[in-house]
Amino acid sequence: MPYVITDACVDIMDRTCVDQCPVDCIQEGERMLYINPDDCIDCGACEPVCPQNAIYLAESLPAPLSGYVAINADFYTATDFGPATGGRLTVVDHPAVARLPRAVA
Amino acid sequence: MPHVAIIGAGPSGVFAAAALLKRPELSVDVFDRLPTPFGLVRYGVAPDHVKIKSVTAALAKVFADPRARFLGNVTLGTDLTVEDLREAYDSVLVATGAPHARGLGVPGEDLPGNYAAADLVSWYNGHPYTGTAYTTAADAIAVIGAGNVSIDIARVLLKAGAGLTDSDVPDSVLTALDRHPVREVHVVARRGAADAKFSPAELLELEKMADVDLVVDPVELDLSATATGRYDTDRTVATRVGIFRRWTERPRRTGVKELHFRFARSPVEVLGEDHVTGLRLQLNAIGPDGSIAGSSGTEDLPVQAVVRSIGYSGDPLSGLPFDHDRGLIPNIDGRIGPGFYATGWIKRGPGGIIGSNKACAIQTVSGLLADLDAAGEPGTASALARAQLITRLGARPEPHRRLVSWEGWNDIDAAEIALGVTRGRARTKITDPRRLVDIGARRAR
Repeated sequence: MPYVITDACVDIMDRTCVDQCPVDCIQEGERMLYINPDDCIDCGACEPVCPQNAIYLAESLPAPLSGYVAINADFYTATDFGPATGGRLTVVDHPAVARLPRAVA
Repeated sequence: MPHVAIIGAGPSGVFAAAALLKRPELSVDVFDRLPTPFGLVRYGVAPDHVKIKSVTAALAKVFADPRARFLGNVTLGTDLTVEDLREAYDSVLVATGAPHARGLGVPGEDLPGNYAAADLVSWYNGHPYTGTAYTTAADAIAVIGAGNVSIDIARVLLKAGAGLTDSDVPDSVLTALDRHPVREVHVVARRGAADAKFSPAELLELEKMADVDLVVDPVELDLSATATGRYDTDRTVATRVGIFRRWTERPRRTGVKELHFRFARSPVEVLGEDHVTGLRLQLNAIGPDGSIAGSSGTEDLPVQAVVRSIGYSGDPLSGLPFDHDRGLIPNIDGRIGPGFYATGWIKRGPGGIIGSNKACAIQTVSGLLADLDAAGEPGTASALARAQLITRLGARPEPHRRLVSWEGWNDIDAAEIALGVTRGRARTKITDPRRLVDIGARRAR
C-alpha cells in the first residue's frame, strides 16, 4: 500500500516531501502534490516531514479522505489531466482537486 | 572539470552523487570498501522488505551517467588515504555510515546467546565480511531497543526460514533460522510508547503475521500516558500509541507465537552461567516529560538469547576529526573542514529512513557546491594524481583486492539473479567475498 497525499496539501504545496522521496515519485500538480503509487516503495520518509500532515499510508487513511487513493493514482494514469508530460504542456490537477474552493486570502 | 570523491556507495553516497551530477561540469568517483554498492539497502534493510529494497533501481540510475564511476573493493585507510584523496579530488564527501553496534554496558552481555543487532542483520542479509550467525536454540528471546531495527529482527526470527523464501537471503540463513524457530519475542523499550521510534507502518505490518499474537500490557502502556499528552499535535505519535492501545484489547490465543512489547524497562544484567538464561530488567518510572524518573524494582525475563539494538556508531577515519561520544564526524550542515564534507549517518548519527538521507545529502551538496563556486577556480585537483591513484588501485596484485567497477557489479548482480533462478527465487545473495571479487573483477583481467 503506497502513501497518499490529501487535501491538506491543496494551495500549500510545501514540497519538503519531494527532497525526502528516494525514488522521486512525488510530482506537482497546479494546486497540490501527488504520489505515484506504481513507483512508491512504501518507505514512509515523506509522511512525518509534511508540515500539513497531508500524507497518509493508504491503509491508515481516515474514511473521509479515502477518495485520495484514486486521486493520487489517476493523476499519473489519466489522459485528460496529470503531469506535464507527453503532449501536455502544463500540469492539470485531478478534477476533484481543481473543483475545491480556493482559500480567501 | 571539478572531481568529487564520495566514500561509501550506500544510499547516502549515491544520493549525494545524484545531487552533484545535476551540475553538468562535475564528475564523481564513488568508492566502497565492499565489491558491491547500496550499503545498508543491500545489507541492512530487512530481507522481507523487498519493496523497500527495490530503491536500488533508482540508485542504480545514477551510475548510468558516464560522469559517475563506481570503485568497489577499496578501503579508506588501507588502500588509499585521506591525503591521497585531498591531492586527487577537488572535494571529498564522506558517507561511510555507522556500522558498529553500541554495547549495553551491563554484566553478562558477553555470554553466548548475546547478539548485536548490527551483526545479526549483517548475517541474515549475507554481508561478506561482518555478521554473526544466529545459532542459539532459544524458545524466548529479548530484543532491546525501541526502533524499527528491533521490529525487523523480531519479525525475521518469528517468520523463520519459511517466511523468507521470497527474499534474497543466502541458503545458509534459511536453514539456520528454521533449525529452532523462536516462539516468543520480547521487544524492550526504556521509555513509553510515545517516545519509542517504531514507525506505524512497521507496526501495522506485524498484524499480517497470522500465527503471531501481538501482546501489550495496558498497565505498561499507561505508565507513559501522561507523557503521551505532550504529543497531542503529533499525528505519528498518536497513530503509534493508538496501534498499541488496540493491541491491548486483542484476545490471546493458545498455541501461537507471541510478540510482546515491553515498555519502561531497562536492562541491568544478562543472566546465566555459561549461556544466556534470562534478562534482568529495571522497572522505570516515567516522568511527565517522558524521561526516566527513578525505578520501582526489577523483573527477570526468562529468555535464552538477547539482541541489543540500541544504536550504531561510525568509524573514525585517520586524518579527519571524530566525535567518539556521538560516533560521528563533527560537522556544520555537512562541512567538516576545507574540501571535506559528510553526509548520512556519519554526519548526523543513525536515524531516519532511507529517504531522510536524500534530504541530508542535498543539504551537504549545496554547501559543497557553494564552496566550489566561491573558490572560483573549479577543477584544480591534479588529474595526474587521480589517474595514478586509480591505476594503483587497479594494479593491486592480490586477487581478492582487485578493483570492482560498475560493470563488474552488474556481473555480480546477474550471477546472483541466476543463482536465485535455480532455487525458484528472484535472487540469492553471494556471500563469499572472494567469489564476489572474482565475478566483479573478471572483466578487468
